[in-house]
Amino acid sequence: MSTKLRTAVVPYLLSLPAAVWLGAFFVLPLLTILGVSLMTGNSIDGFTLTWNFSIFGDAISTYATQFGRSFLYGGISTAVALVAMYPVAYWIAFHGGRFKSVLLFLLLLPFFVSFVIRILAWQFILADDGIVLGALKSIGLIPDQTHVLSTPFAVVAGLTYDALPFMLLPLYVALQRIDQSHVEAAADLYATAADRFRSVILPLSAPGIYAGIVLVAITNIGDYLSASILGGPSTTMIGNIIQTQYVNNANYPIASALALILMVTLMLAMAVYARVFGTRTLQEHIG
Amino acid sequence: MTGNGEQVPASPAGRPARPDLLRGLTEPRYSRRRFVRGAAGLLAAGSLAGALSACGIAGTRDTGWKDGFDWESWWSEQSKQGTFDFANWPLYIDRTKDGSPTLNDFSEKYGITVNYLPVIQDNASFFAQISPVLQAGQSIGYDMVVISNGWQLTQMIKNHWLIPLDHSRMPNFERYAAQSIRSPNYDPGNKFTVTWQSGITGIAYDTTSIDREIDSFKDLWDPAFAGKVGMMADDTELGSIGMLALGIEPKTSTPADWERAADLLRKQRDAGIVRQYYDQSYIKALQQGDTWISMAWSGDVFQAQLSGNKNLKFVVPKEGVMFWQDNCMIPYHAAHPVDAMMWIDYFYRPEVQALITDWVNYISPVPDAKPIIADKLDDPTVANSPLVFPTPDMERKFVAYYDPTGVEAQLKWTSIFDPIIQS
Repeated sequence: MSTKLRTAVVPYLLSLPAAVWLGAFFVLPLLTILGVSLMTGNSIDGFTLTWNFSIFGDAISTYATQFGRSFLYGGISTAVALVAMYPVAYWIAFHGGRFKSVLLFLLLLPFFVSFVIRILAWQFILADDGIVLGALKSIGLIPDQTHVLSTPFAVVAGLTYDALPFMLLPLYVALQRIDQSHVEAAADLYATAADRFRSVILPLSAPGIYAGIVLVAITNIGDYLSASILGGPSTTMIGNIIQTQYVNNANYPIASALALILMVTLMLAMAVYARVFGTRTLQEHIG
Repeated sequence: MTGNGEQVPASPAGRPARPDLLRGLTEPRYSRRRFVRGAAGLLAAGSLAGALSACGIAGTRDTGWKDGFDWESWWSEQSKQGTFDFANWPLYIDRTKDGSPTLNDFSEKYGITVNYLPVIQDNASFFAQISPVLQAGQSIGYDMVVISNGWQLTQMIKNHWLIPLDHSRMPNFERYAAQSIRSPNYDPGNKFTVTWQSGITGIAYDTTSIDREIDSFKDLWDPAFAGKVGMMADDTELGSIGMLALGIEPKTSTPADWERAADLLRKQRDAGIVRQYYDQSYIKALQQGDTWISMAWSGDVFQAQLSGNKNLKFVVPKEGVMFWQDNCMIPYHAAHPVDAMMWIDYFYRPEVQALITDWVNYISPVPDAKPIIADKLDDPTVANSPLVFPTPDMERKFVAYYDPTGVEAQLKWTSIFDPIIQS
């Protein structure tokens, strides 16, 4: 084989596994979902492809509230997780010393327990007369009628809690990689602690912030467990609707359409986010 | 980011100073991207064509046995195999540390090993698991499953996915079964199913938080209990209770009735009276004090009382109570049908039923088990509880569920009641 031919062919061959993977596990399922969403029928008579494009409009208008709520809850929980985990990751990375690994391990330890069990544990902890509210009520700090479960607060708290490790790890990795000599150099140039943080540390940790937000937002916006276990009558998220429509009602077209809308919206949001707040721009703007 | 420091210096004209390097970096990348795009396009076209040729998802209709099949001669050809697989709900049979005494006794007496699997968590998801297999005309691997009356069971029957029971092999059912569980509206003549246990959906409340008399489903709408009322997330249960509160008989109800019930339920939710629409966890919420009053199943409340919650009270409201049945059935393609039939006949014996009922605490399908529980098992609490052995007065208040006539009716029902639960 001539060198010329080899340089022409090798890249194709090298990308083949990735292309096949992408095709089989992303493109194909996506097209199947699209196909199913355009079908009409029922589980007994079967579903046929009728190119029913109006389903997308119906799905959006029927479930606009739940879509909006999912993005709201997902957004709030992501923001809170970021604010809560940044100082923690910062402290471990800069001041953890030889205990860094131990501290990280301890923080991640609760997350070795299954997601469902942890959410159920919160249901127990936050019960109206449980160990927290019961104690506060008995000393008269909060009124007897106060409840946390079945409220939007409980759902968002559940989402936030579960997102913590996914926010912590990318932040930690980014902060850990910051060369301390940059910070020292800034100090030598009379930058105050606040300046050093704003102009050096924050911009250099931007990739971690970016990755953390993407990981947590995508997971939380599509979540349904937190709402179904900790939520109340009006905290239904779009994930709950998809689950009910698919499993309970065997209404595959509407479930597929909702899943597709959620996915496309998320992808668009992420594309805009990457463009506007992508790592580099983020660094430039903060810097 | 150009973190590697190998930045390409640009000439004043904006042209790269090292075109060789630039080409080396960009050319293969460009081609690769184009290749990936091409491959994806090819795959997309291929799969789209595939989806088009398939043109849909097959329905479940006519995937079972054909009308006119001679089941009598089929049954006459079957014989005992010495084993059978039984899928049931968790905590739904007597248990000791040596396993289930009734299952062990059955194995010993008849030489049949029972592979007992408590795998059913709820009707809809279990049905979602088994229906593709039955639709493909294959055995689901269980010879007996337990499904509550409702849309999933109705589909099992309508799709011809159940083997008609051989009534000549179940004399104990004919002899001992309670009148209330015979020939239910969803399965006239017990052609396909017999009841495993049954129960009622009524009201439970905490007597320490509520000191007035509770005797009507309308009490679930009392603004005095705002935020402390538990309703069920199951649309069949919820819709039925909404109708009972309006004095409508669910069994013969029409879509217009469903809308009226939905309006009433929506008012209850929008007034902030409903704390939450619960799954089985409603009983925990009641025990924890999250709710004071709740839609409830008789057996759960009885067990909660036994385990120390003496303050919980179950009420059969004046409008009636929903009477549901969990049913045993033999799925089509079952490999050990005779062994399953022998088990049905066995568990309808009063002395066997006594052991199961004394452990499970739902309504026993065999009233004759009552004296055995009272005397031989010495457990008068269970034997004398009207929640396990209902009084004739109570039985008169039993109300049957609406049985969907077809998939359109079922979809209509869910489209009316689901938006209340998932708002």
